[in-house]
Amino acid sequence: MPKLTIDGVEIEVEAGTTVLQACERLGIEIPRFCYHDRLSIAGNCRMCLVEVSPGPPKAQASCALPVADGMTVKTDSPMVRKARRGVMELLLINHPLDCPICDQGGECDLQDQAMAYGGDKSRYREEKRAVADKYLGPLIKTCMTRCIQCTRCVRFMTEVAGVPELGAVFRGEHMEITTYIGQALDSELSGNLVDLCPVGALTSRPYAFMARPWELHKTESIDVLDALGCAIRVDSRGGQVLRVLPRLHEEVNEEWISDKTRHACDGLRVGRLDTPYVRRGGTLRPASWAEAFAAVAEKLKTVKPEKIAVIAGDLADCEAMMALKDLTDDLKVVHRDCRQDGAFLDPNVPAAYRFNTTIAGIEMADALLLVGTNPRREAAVLNARIRKRWVTGALKVAAIGEKVNLTYPVAWLGTGPQTLKAIAEGRHPFGSVLKGAQRPMLILGQGALARSDGAAILGLSRVLAETSGMVREDWNGFNVLHTAAARVGGLMLGFVPGEGGRDGRAILDGAGKGEIGFVYLLNADEIDTGALGKAFVVYQGHHGDAGAKRADVILPGAAYTEKNALYVNTEGRVQSTQRAVFPPGEAREDWKIVRALSETLGRPLPYDSLEGVRARLVAVDPAFAAIAQGPAVAAWGIFGDPAVAIDAAPFAASITNFYGTDPISRASKTMAECVAEMNGRREHGGTGTYG
Amino acid sequence: MSEQSSISPEPTAFVFTDDNLKKAQALIDRYPSGRQAGATMPLLDLAQRQAGWVSRAAMDYIAGLLDVPPMRVYEVATFYTMYLLRPVGQHHVQVCTNLPCWLRGSDDVLRACQEVLGISPGETTSDHRFTVAEVECAGACVNAPMVQIGDDYFEDLDHASMKALLEALQRGERPKPGSRTGRQCSCPAGGPTTLKAVPVKGEV
Repeated sequence: MPKLTIDGVEIEVEAGTTVLQACERLGIEIPRFCYHDRLSIAGNCRMCLVEVSPGPPKAQASCALPVADGMTVKTDSPMVRKARRGVMELLLINHPLDCPICDQGGECDLQDQAMAYGGDKSRYREEKRAVADKYLGPLIKTCMTRCIQCTRCVRFMTEVAGVPELGAVFRGEHMEITTYIGQALDSELSGNLVDLCPVGALTSRPYAFMARPWELHKTESIDVLDALGCAIRVDSRGGQVLRVLPRLHEEVNEEWISDKTRHACDGLRVGRLDTPYVRRGGTLRPASWAEAFAAVAEKLKTVKPEKIAVIAGDLADCEAMMALKDLTDDLKVVHRDCRQDGAFLDPNVPAAYRFNTTIAGIEMADALLLVGTNPRREAAVLNARIRKRWVTGALKVAAIGEKVNLTYPVAWLGTGPQTLKAIAEGRHPFGSVLKGAQRPMLILGQGALARSDGAAILGLSRVLAETSGMVREDWNGFNVLHTAAARVGGLMLGFVPGEGGRDGRAILDGAGKGEIGFVYLLNADEIDTGALGKAFVVYQGHHGDAGAKRADVILPGAAYTEKNALYVNTEGRVQSTQRAVFPPGEAREDWKIVRALSETLGRPLPYDSLEGVRARLVAVDPAFAAIAQGPAVAAWGIFGDPAVAIDAAPFAASITNFYGTDPISRASKTMAECVAEMNGRREHGGTGTYG
Repeated sequence: MSEQSSISPEPTAFVFTDDNLKKAQALIDRYPSGRQAGATMPLLDLAQRQAGWVSRAAMDYIAGLLDVPPMRVYEVATFYTMYLLRPVGQHHVQVCTNLPCWLRGSDDVLRACQEVLGISPGETTSDHRFTVAEVECAGACVNAPMVQIGDDYFEDLDHASMKALLEALQRGERPKPGSRTGRQCSCPAGGPTTLKAVPVKGEV
């Protein structure tokens, strides 16, 4: 390994390391604009200049310079300082002096580095250039005059997002970053451009002129709008969430988040349930908590336990589900389900409903079969991870399901379960690809499981996993990709039908027929509320969405930014959200509502603190104790039933509208704009390399 | 500043003629499979020779032929000034006004264009026969001032010879390219100045 000396300190690094990386390892700060450790090296901003000997007697760009044995690097010599000051002066020639009206102000790389490495005044007296702003969609505000052409955005869209629609056109002083055709970027990850842009050229459109970074209260939390549990930072001011940014989490989201995670937060401010409601004379009227609980208790007295059902939706947190499960157990209620979409998921074998490979594990896989899933819509960040692996050339991807552009080439083997059956029974050539792979994996989507033949699909997938070497001591390639943050937690704590109980589908069916007279919806909005018949409906949640509209009593709960609550991601990773702001009005944390209700019913739950509920969760499944520690390996078992007859119908997409999967994003104006934009665009036909 | 707004009229479709498609295929075949993007520049040139300019439809078509994102073709086409992103007249008169040509009288050459054609640099005559453009150094300084018309260089110009050249083109003639003063290539203007005598044996 090459040994080099940086500022008098000797360091040994692997061959192929760049000088900049070696400097970072010693904790020496090297200013940079174009270099980004998750993107290819461009070497075009020249800010990272260092003095290197032996070599030509001029400063060299450290980001693009591999280390060599015996190199001596100086990062703070007079030559380096002069060179960087010169580069900064050139960068600032065409950069407008509009920091006071620029949204990047206070978190701007150019601003910070100009302070540290720039001169104290400008010598430039000529006209600055002006560049027309570009339209990149409803999420990104452009001010292209501020652009310093680092091309991070171009490289991100091309390499990570896999939507090569951005480019640098013209040259020299006329160079511009543009889509050339003036269309919005067709990517679920475009919001990340705003984080990547080192200046104020690309800023967040929904957040424009909302706040300065130093005014914001920053809370480190996790996202619940898909089942990945991406690490986020919630920025709030005065009781309002103003924006959501990604946090670094190598094992989950690296440093990316999807546009929904980032921009649905304006939905938290509108359409909120801030007081309990009770339906009187056909109309929902505001009520006090006591009145609402009394209405529920009164109704419960008249309904037998076998006619009572509870459904937990996609955003329900583990504490609330635990409390509601304990309460229903106490009331001898058995009709209970957390699988509101009717997906066939086996709660008895943890490996049967988890993403066992783990998200980071995708980077070791060499063959992948997608079954009834569109990861680009269902988990955009995970899709970027698949693409990252594909880019290395080591991953072959095939899929069964609706043909879509996943940003990497996919062999489309078929559309329905018969293809899966053929592979599982060894009658399909892709079976040998899986068998021949070192680390084959399979991702089973909700589109394949939320069907009447879900048990067969799950069983066939298990057989396929077992016969093609996906399940080994050192590797588990069987994966279920969830779309709901609540699902794995609900299955872990047993929010499933009791002895002889109805599942999600049967509950709706029973309600329609009058066999179920009382339905308690915990954050359940994505069900057919029209099918609830004449049942008395209690809705607990935070938005006036489908469930609340149908409800007879509304109990206002807290959104994920307003409570400390556990969610388990699709891998089985237990993580906690952190309260950034308080719930609006009378709304309360969800488990507390269930606890209070139990008190009203005269059957108080045996815990009355967050620690108490969490202790109860740990008693049910010790995995809940491992908060933020990563998923433990799940035990394999027998699940599904490959013998059940399959339905030839093709797998349907589980998410048709990426920007409106839950009450928060459906309430969001920004998400509505994205939907309108994409609807307008899709009429023009597919785009992208593989579209 | 953005030049894309001025790309008009924009044709909706572009395809190579059968002949050109054969040529295009031959150009693509020069590159190993997976590296067809290398043929971007010759294909853009081919498209420009076919249509007279490179429209977005042509760039999209080439992107399709090469299986690269259209953006990658836009980047190349806009980078090089010799790809014309707007239609030009039948004769594209590119007058070099860089320093050596200017010192040698490129102002007179431009004036001749204005007098004969009635247009300024960047404009096209109403009959779409001539477009005049100012260009940077075309690499013929030793024969300054010069103009490039189509693929041909016309050199050692002055006001009168430029006028004569344009008038000949107007009449539909095809003037011979090269120096207007009759010298061969870049030979010294007033005949040889050195090596006039045969070297004597022994003298080096």
